[in-house]
Amino acid sequence: MAVTIAKERWTSKVNEMVIGVEPNVVKVGGDSTLPFLHFEGEMPNKPVVALEVWDMEPPDWPAVLTAPFAGVLGDPAAWAKKCVEYGAGLICLRLAATHPDNKDATPEEAAQSALKVAGAVDVPLIVIGSGVEEKDAAVMEKVGEALNGRKCLIGCATVNNYKTITASCMVNGHNIIASSPLDINLAKQLNILITEMNLAADRIAIDPLVGALGYGIEYAYSIMERSRLGALTGDKMLAMPVICFVGQEAWKSKEAKTEDNEEWGAQERRAILWEVVTATSFAQAGGSIFVLRHPESLKQFNTHIAEMMKPNNY
Amino acid sequence: MALTGLEIFKQLPKTNCKDCGHPTCLAFAMALASGKASLDNCPHVSDAAREALDSASAPPIALVKIGAGERQVELGNETVLFRHDKRFEHPAAIAVSVCDSQSNDEIAAKVGQINKLVFDRVGQIHNVNMVAVGNCSGDAARFAEAVKVAADNTGFPLILMSEDPAAVEKALEAVAAKKPLVCGANAANCEAMAGLAKKFEVPLVVKGSDLNELASLVEKVTAAGCKQLILDSGARAAGGVLTDQTQIRRQALKKFRPFGYPTITFVENEDPVQAVVDAGVYIAKYAGIVVVSSADPADVLPLITLRLNVYTDPQKPIAVESKIYEILNPGVDAPVYVTTNFSLTYFCVAGDVESSRVPGYVLPVDTDGISVLTGWAAGKFTPEKITEMLNNSGIADKVSHRKVIIPGGVAVLSGKLQELSGWEVLVGPRESAGIPSFVKQRWSA
Repeated sequence: MAVTIAKERWTSKVNEMVIGVEPNVVKVGGDSTLPFLHFEGEMPNKPVVALEVWDMEPPDWPAVLTAPFAGVLGDPAAWAKKCVEYGAGLICLRLAATHPDNKDATPEEAAQSALKVAGAVDVPLIVIGSGVEEKDAAVMEKVGEALNGRKCLIGCATVNNYKTITASCMVNGHNIIASSPLDINLAKQLNILITEMNLAADRIAIDPLVGALGYGIEYAYSIMERSRLGALTGDKMLAMPVICFVGQEAWKSKEAKTEDNEEWGAQERRAILWEVVTATSFAQAGGSIFVLRHPESLKQFNTHIAEMMKPNNY
Repeated sequence: MALTGLEIFKQLPKTNCKDCGHPTCLAFAMALASGKASLDNCPHVSDAAREALDSASAPPIALVKIGAGERQVELGNETVLFRHDKRFEHPAAIAVSVCDSQSNDEIAAKVGQINKLVFDRVGQIHNVNMVAVGNCSGDAARFAEAVKVAADNTGFPLILMSEDPAAVEKALEAVAAKKPLVCGANAANCEAMAGLAKKFEVPLVVKGSDLNELASLVEKVTAAGCKQLILDSGARAAGGVLTDQTQIRRQALKKFRPFGYPTITFVENEDPVQAVVDAGVYIAKYAGIVVVSSADPADVLPLITLRLNVYTDPQKPIAVESKIYEILNPGVDAPVYVTTNFSLTYFCVAGDVESSRVPGYVLPVDTDGISVLTGWAAGKFTPEKITEMLNNSGIADKVSHRKVIIPGGVAVLSGKLQELSGWEVLVGPRESAGIPSFVKQRWSA
């Protein structure tokens, strides 16, 4: 009995974003189908992973997470090189030292850290601040300038600080991360505000502020599914690729931080699965850029994605 | 998809005989469409019309029951492709497999491990659902014996994984009363398997080598009288499973009847970590049953958690119980944080209190599971309710101070709260991520 394959006729697609400069560019987005349904449309670029590098030694990472970076955690340039050795396609530099509670590093100091990392590796860079909105604006102004022309992805821009960060992206040729708290309408609104400043829509990535497995993953999961459906049906203000800061959430969870025990099994296996399954679930919902922390998670994620990228036409 | 009154009307005798109690056939059709009447009330409807109307009003995916008693698993009745469209109804069942080439002791030991895969998450118990027994030995008598060992050691429903009708029959003779899932029928054995499923009244997996063969086999098996079916498209690599699962769900929702049943998927990835990842994809993407081989809690906990999240009803905010939560063994001088009982809000606050490394008490006020600002706007997060929580929860006996920290977003409540409760009110950060720095700078009992 012949089954007539049900194919959706999507009218539009996700914007394609280019991060970095030739010959080391990474492209994301461009999808004209729901994730991995190759029988229905194109998925020209696979989901990519950036490993996280900090400009200071992270104070609260569990030992299973610091072990692979032993000896380089105090040196962002060496740390970034190590990530590239582990196979990272991009580096995500988190300027945690700029947080007033940490070292309260100045924007100038942050720009120096960013330059050091940029000089140490060839892969494209994502650079984010400490999450303090006002400070991030000041920091990204200087960082954007220091990295002029490298076509980085910088953020995170919120409705409160997007003007300065957008301006820095426009002047210096970067892409921007637009963050909004778990609400598709707020995400759309911020994209409109940023494009109204004349930054091209294909230079924006949506950050829906994801939660980890067990900690609200379903909210961001559904927002991603809805924005992908929006993108495929022609909503230009939802057609941006989605960036998922999975590492920071997964490694905050009790399941990743609790040591080996009989009820929950071995910590390392459990923690890595927590990070990987959070990421691969978001890949099913439509995430394009994944910021992870553990090199084993990177490896497992990429293995899975390679399998999912194989053609599966009927 | 439900039929409209007019579509139903076309199938009725159109005699306006009033035997159904309605003045006209059209009125009866309208009552049927809105679910206020049953077709049984019309004594004159033709068999052909009855069949057409019955099948049109049946749910797009049949409800299938596996097992007996309180551990019975229900699957199916799904109505959407995306959880945000409504919700996913019956959580994917997770089955862990054992193999009949293992010794009886090994089987009993693994089943014991499977029984222990029970996890408590904010007061709710979540566990795996089934034990699958594989006929790896190829021997019918050995299979029946292994099934018996598994059945004797667990209360979970069983999946009998053998394509040999003789082996399945022997096993069913021992355990049919427990209503196991027979897995199953394929192109070579479907008549014999359908016969067994009918004879023992047990649900049956139908496996095709592809979607086309699957549809043909389902028609054959249903014609033989089996209605409790589970579908297997034959795909085993993750990408193929994803597309077949998507097709089956889409076709079922379009009322392609042969695919109107729940599905089963098998994780056969040899890399143990990739196997868990594949299982996660199947849980998110429509699988009715996911069969895995690992009983390691480190592998199963992420899957059970993912299932819990994906199958959460998006239209119903999930709430945590409104009570005192102690983070990091707080003492009498530990800070007291008030928030709402929307689970995501609570998890954020509890997580950030934990990462502050300053032990504390978290008191989620019952706001029917809505967030701080929504709760405030809706009059559910009020000075009165917070006072009630401070007075009735017993927190006053646990701490020696009388200071309470409220979310920065509702700073406006502080005056009234202080007046009503007599507690000194500290206005905390707007976002819970600010708790660690807040408590370091501002807290002293």
